[in-house]
Amino acid sequence: MPKTIGLLGKKIGMTRMYSETGSVIGVTVVETGPCYVLQKKTVDKEGYNAIQVGFGAKKESRENKPMAGHFKSAGQGCFYHVKEFRVDDPDQYELGQKISASALFQVGDRVDVTGTAKGKGFQGVMKRHGFRGGPSGHGSNFHRRPGAIGMCAWPSRVIKGKKLPGRMGGQVVTKKNVTIVDIRDDDNVMVVMGPLPGSKAGLVQIYSK
Amino acid sequence: MSIIDQIERESMKFDLPDFRPGDTVKVHIRIIEGAKERIQIFEGVVIGRKNGGMGANFTVRKISHGVGVEKVFALHNPRLEKIEVVTRGRVRRSKLYYLRNLRGKAARIRERGIN
Repeated sequence: MPKTIGLLGKKIGMTRMYSETGSVIGVTVVETGPCYVLQKKTVDKEGYNAIQVGFGAKKESRENKPMAGHFKSAGQGCFYHVKEFRVDDPDQYELGQKISASALFQVGDRVDVTGTAKGKGFQGVMKRHGFRGGPSGHGSNFHRRPGAIGMCAWPSRVIKGKKLPGRMGGQVVTKKNVTIVDIRDDDNVMVVMGPLPGSKAGLVQIYSK
Repeated sequence: MSIIDQIERESMKFDLPDFRPGDTVKVHIRIIEGAKERIQIFEGVVIGRKNGGMGANFTVRKISHGVGVEKVFALHNPRLEKIEVVTRGRVRRSKLYYLRNLRGKAARIRERGIN
C-alpha cells in the first residue's frame, strides 16, 4: 500500500480532448469525492499512521448499526466506500474534513490509480499471457495453443506457476504515473489522461506521488 | 446533461458555417512547422460528413495535378481556423463516394440555389 494521501473516485467514462497543440488525447473522467475523513489512526493507538476516508453517500436507513455508529463521529452521513490512506501526520486532518481534488493535486501532476480490472472470463494463453501462438495458414494446425508445457519423465509434473489458460481479469491493478488533465471541483470531477482499470462506475483509488 | 457531454461541448465549435456534401469549400488549417506557423488552404468538394458530437469530421476531395486527393478534417479541431463555402452543390446522396470513379466533366456537381 503506498504511503501517501489520496482520494476515492468513481470512473464515469472516457472521452477525448484537444491539447494546446491541437492533437487529440483520450481521457478518463473520474468522479472524485466528496471524500470525508472518518477516522484518524495513529502509531500510539493502531500501530500506524493513517486516515480513513469515506466516499459515496449512503442513506442511514441502509446502513447497519455498527457502521452507522462509526460514521457518527465524523458527522458527514454514511458512505458506501471506506478506505484508508497512509499519511505521515494524521493530526493535519480533522474528523469530517472534506478532501477535494484541488487541495491535493494540480493540473499536470502525476498520480497512481488503483482499480479492479474488468473480468475477462476463461481466456487462452495468447490473450492472457501474450503468447505468440502459431501461424494461421500454410497448413499449420497449431494456432492459439500454448505448446509444450514441461519436461519428460523427470520431473513428470508441470512446474508450478506455468503460464496456462485460465480466469483473466478481475484483479486489482495499479496504473502508475497518470497525468491529470483537468480538475473541476464544482462538479467533483477530475480528468486524467488515458484509460483506467475497471468498468464504468467502478471504484478507483487515486494516490498522490 | 452528463458531465462527459458537458466536457465535450466545451471543446466544440458552434460558429461553423452550414455546409453540406456537394459544397465546394476552402479549409483553412493552421500548420506548425518547428517554430513557424502558417495557414494552409485546402480547397475541394465535401464528399461526406460524419456526425458524432465532438468527434465529427468531414472529407474534402480535390484533384491535384491529375491525382485525386482526399483529406479528412476533424470539425472541432482548434487548428482548423476557418471553413469558407465557395459554392453550394445540389446532390442526392449524403456520401459522394461515386465521385472517386468519375473524372472531368462527369464529376461536375450542379449548383444549388440559396433560398
